[in-house]
Amino acid sequence: MASPAFAIYSFLYLYPSISNLWNSTKRWDGVTPPEFIGARNFTYLATNDDLFLNVVGNNFRFAFVVVVLQTTLSLLFATFLLKNTKTTIFLRVVYFFPTILSSVSVGLIWLFLYNPNYGLINATAKSIGLMNEPGVNWLGDGRFALYAIAITQVWFHTGQMVVIYVAGLQQIPAELYEAAEVDGASRWQQFKNITWPMALPTTAVVVAYTTIQSFRAFDLVYAMTQGGPNNASDVLVTLIYNTAFASFKFGYASAQSVLLVVTVLLITWLQRRTLRVNYGDR
Amino acid sequence: MLYKSTKNFLLTAFALIVLIPCSIVVLGTFKTDAEIYSTPLALPKEWTLNNFRTLFDSGGLITPFKNSVIVAISSVLITLILASMAAYAIARSITISGKVLFFLFTLGLAIPGQVNIIPIYVLFVKLHLNNSLLGLVLVNIALTLPISIFILTSFFKDLSREMFEAASIDGAGHWRVFRSVALPLCRPAMGATGIFLFVICWNDLLYPLMLISELSKKTLPLILIDYRGEYFSSFSMLFTAIFVASIPMVVMYLFFQRSFIAGITAGAVKG
Repeated sequence: MASPAFAIYSFLYLYPSISNLWNSTKRWDGVTPPEFIGARNFTYLATNDDLFLNVVGNNFRFAFVVVVLQTTLSLLFATFLLKNTKTTIFLRVVYFFPTILSSVSVGLIWLFLYNPNYGLINATAKSIGLMNEPGVNWLGDGRFALYAIAITQVWFHTGQMVVIYVAGLQQIPAELYEAAEVDGASRWQQFKNITWPMALPTTAVVVAYTTIQSFRAFDLVYAMTQGGPNNASDVLVTLIYNTAFASFKFGYASAQSVLLVVTVLLITWLQRRTLRVNYGDR
Repeated sequence: MLYKSTKNFLLTAFALIVLIPCSIVVLGTFKTDAEIYSTPLALPKEWTLNNFRTLFDSGGLITPFKNSVIVAISSVLITLILASMAAYAIARSITISGKVLFFLFTLGLAIPGQVNIIPIYVLFVKLHLNNSLLGLVLVNIALTLPISIFILTSFFKDLSREMFEAASIDGAGHWRVFRSVALPLCRPAMGATGIFLFVICWNDLLYPLMLISELSKKTLPLILIDYRGEYFSSFSMLFTAIFVASIPMVVMYLFFQRSFIAGITAGAVKG
């Protein structure tokens, strides 16, 4: 009964993933027959390709900003929205809402908000005197573009993480808080000594998921900047896409893909290991 | 007191941060560009449907909408059928083959689907599956099978073995047990998984971008990307297009909040 699923899966998932490994050893423009060049794509990537190293740096910066902001915000809001009341459920539904939109829609909405002339952000900042004309060009300025997209990503998915955290925090026995209350523990002490340690497994899930999503990011970046200006907001998948379909270096792009897989596998392994070391096999 | 007011302030602030951009889009569908730029948050001076008319008269949105519906619904249905069969087989088999299969499918969770763009592209050009909705459906199925099988297997494993065994003793074959016992029981799990898959398929950009270049085969995210170039300085058009592209999701969300949140969250945690 598993065979139809397995047939499609092996033909259109496993086989492509494996052929990536093979393709990464080729010089190949996608049209003429590929030529075997061993590990040269990889040595070139590691030693000669400044753009690639920059983009890897971009992706780590992007992941870092998103992980830190999104995890902090979602943990904070989850502690606020822990109890199931009409208001908290309503707020969770509101916060979750952006998750159902497409990355392209979200990207285009934020294209408007970030517009240097009439976008809501600059217009507000100018009207309260925080910014002078002509205003910051958030997506057009290489110093800000990547972080501007990271903020959008946080807006997009914090609600989803809030829901995951709420589910995790609701597992914490209420007696712990009651006992702490009796002992006169402050809110901060309760958070530090009960919520935070008890929520660590959830945090591991949230952090790992967010990190991996950040390394898979494509749609949002493509919709907002296409990696520009001057590759300032390029991340790994946009780079792979452009290497293959704009520069027609299929072999080289495959080598980049292999490194992306290795990165993601490393993160997954680290997460599993952390969970197992601290909490036993789950 | 201080805690309470800080908390309320932060909660309200974030709700506004979520709602304001969404309201700008909804209000913008009724406004002219000039109005959007000068007073994005004000109610439109005149409620007109001109933007919708312009977009639909140009005919550009109807085909992609249809394409998106066809691709998303067929991908989700086929994936659910194939995944539930596979998950049932994996969950019920005590032999090593079930474990091996499960391991192979979970490999797909570890390897990001995005890295397969090049081999899939080459393969699909050879098979003439580029510029075809069938091609998109096949890609969607392959990409979402691992997570669906993962979710459904853990669900089937939680069902009690005795129930299946009782049905087998009564003379029901594997297919019969699957159809009459397993499937009805896992309807809620299938619903939540289906919603999760629908969101993925409806919103995907990368694979359609790579595989589809013919206008008549484009899906909504692709058309939105085209509009980004075409209507670069006309957010009234962009907002209207975003609005139309989001309607199915929003309507479903309003009706099935619980399953939505459960489905998307389970997919995230388990993936």
